[in-house]
Amino acid sequence: MCKTMSASQGSTNTNTEPWGSFEDNNIIQGSGSAVIDMENMDDTSGSSFEDMGEMHQRMKEEEEVTAEAAAIHPERLSHMRVLIYLVSTQVWQAGKQQASKAFNLYANIDILRPYFDVEPNQVRNRLIESLIPVRMINFPQKVAGELYGPMMLVFTMVAILLHGMKTSGTVIREGTLMGTAIGTCFGYWLGVSSFIYFLAYLCNAQITMLQMLSLLGYGLFGHCMVLFITYNVHFHSLFYILWLVIGGLSTLRMVAVLISRTVGQTPRLFLCGTLAALHMLFLLYLHFAYHKMVEGILDTLEGPNIPPIQRVARDVPVVASAVVNATIKSIAAVVQSQ
Amino acid sequence: MVVCQLKRTFATMNVFNYFFAGLSDISISEDIPVEGDISMPVGSQNADNDFSTLDEPVKDTILRDLRAVGQKFVHVMYPKKSSALLRDWDLWGPLLLCVTLALMLQGGSVDSEEDGRPQFAEVFVIIWFGSVIITLNSKLLGGTISFFQSLCVLGYCILPLTVAMIVCRIVLLGGSGLVSFVVRLIVVTASFSWSTFASTAFLADSQPPNRKALVVYPVFLFYFVIGWMILTFSPSH
Repeated sequence: MCKTMSASQGSTNTNTEPWGSFEDNNIIQGSGSAVIDMENMDDTSGSSFEDMGEMHQRMKEEEEVTAEAAAIHPERLSHMRVLIYLVSTQVWQAGKQQASKAFNLYANIDILRPYFDVEPNQVRNRLIESLIPVRMINFPQKVAGELYGPMMLVFTMVAILLHGMKTSGTVIREGTLMGTAIGTCFGYWLGVSSFIYFLAYLCNAQITMLQMLSLLGYGLFGHCMVLFITYNVHFHSLFYILWLVIGGLSTLRMVAVLISRTVGQTPRLFLCGTLAALHMLFLLYLHFAYHKMVEGILDTLEGPNIPPIQRVARDVPVVASAVVNATIKSIAAVVQSQ
Repeated sequence: MVVCQLKRTFATMNVFNYFFAGLSDISISEDIPVEGDISMPVGSQNADNDFSTLDEPVKDTILRDLRAVGQKFVHVMYPKKSSALLRDWDLWGPLLLCVTLALMLQGGSVDSEEDGRPQFAEVFVIIWFGSVIITLNSKLLGGTISFFQSLCVLGYCILPLTVAMIVCRIVLLGGSGLVSFVVRLIVVTASFSWSTFASTAFLADSQPPNRKALVVYPVFLFYFVIGWMILTFSPSH
């Protein structure tokens, strides 16, 4: 281990100052590793705030020194400028190093990295399997805990929804089209997943949050297909058939997986009934919410169902005008009599 | 007081250490007489050059940046596998393109009833958040490209779509019938596939070879949404 350490330090010492700089040669740029190797830590990077304070202090001292030196020896001013430049560069780099360390610790995307570890053929297989209900419900079915497929499906659904909203001429007053589409899709995915996970917790079902997110996300594949077809081909009967067949298949798949992971008739019924209702109703809502304008056009094109124009009742205006006339006459009579 | 003075001396010693440290490894053999005078290395000229980018006229700075941006535009229009876009990334080009596209997509009429047309903020947010999400996705899939390099590439590859927007506006001046729709469809489809191809030429190299499709799909979706916004743009008169 000593050999490798010295080798690595030897290879990275080529561009540092001879007196040993503040730079930690392990600044990780773009590799995304969150693990801070304690063995490669510099001494100066122990407690960040003290170091920064010390460096500030040193820089102030440098400036005082250079100011005094410049006052006494004017010809050294240019060398002092070099010094100031060097020290400020060192301070900037040390600060950048501290900031990148803090970033790697707290805003770390490596937490999510294992959930995106998929191959394209795996994603394709899972997409197809999301429409095939499993038969064996006696032992728990395997659910892949992966987030790439569900996220891509949610974004695809956002794009399809945008298209549907545009072609139906929906006008959103208090917001934007894009915001509504993103809010709907992500809200459904995250909200219903959390809700079903909570119900699964109540019903003692063996499923984790990640698996639920993944299951529901892949269940949106059927929704995407149905919406893609029916936002472009406007036939109600076609929509109902697709709703039942494709929506039903994807719901059956999710329900079967949940049944295989729950014991007891009542919990199974409760959990799966809720999920089935929410999933099917969501597809129904998405189709009809952005379909009004096209429905309106179809209705007016149908023609004979429009009710005939009603006759307006004439009594009320006649009575009103009679009363007004009588009042005016009586007032005129009173005025004339005076 | 004493401590301050000691610190000051230590600081000065550190400073002079830098200048003389390089001379400390010189081994002088006894045969060769040593001559000459030891003086401070004249590094002040380099320091002046480095300081002078602050002192140069603004016109020079702007022209230099514009030239860099223009060079990257050329790289996007003729995408070959070069690393110039990745090495000197900058976000001026994406900002210019994004603002141009958002302004043109707005249509210019402030109080129109059709709120379905994308507003400036919507286009801006779509482009930047879409780029951020694609970058995060490619990093999570194991990419070796850095965050800002990826933002730079995705932003610059919007250039074909901006050109398509300009062409669509010109075509729409001549009327909005079926012919103009077909022309616009062809132009937007061509530019959207050009954008996708250009950005994958830069981005996909940084991925493991069997996962290129996983990175390409979000990019395809992103440019598809922008292309669809351009295609469905209709100015109100």
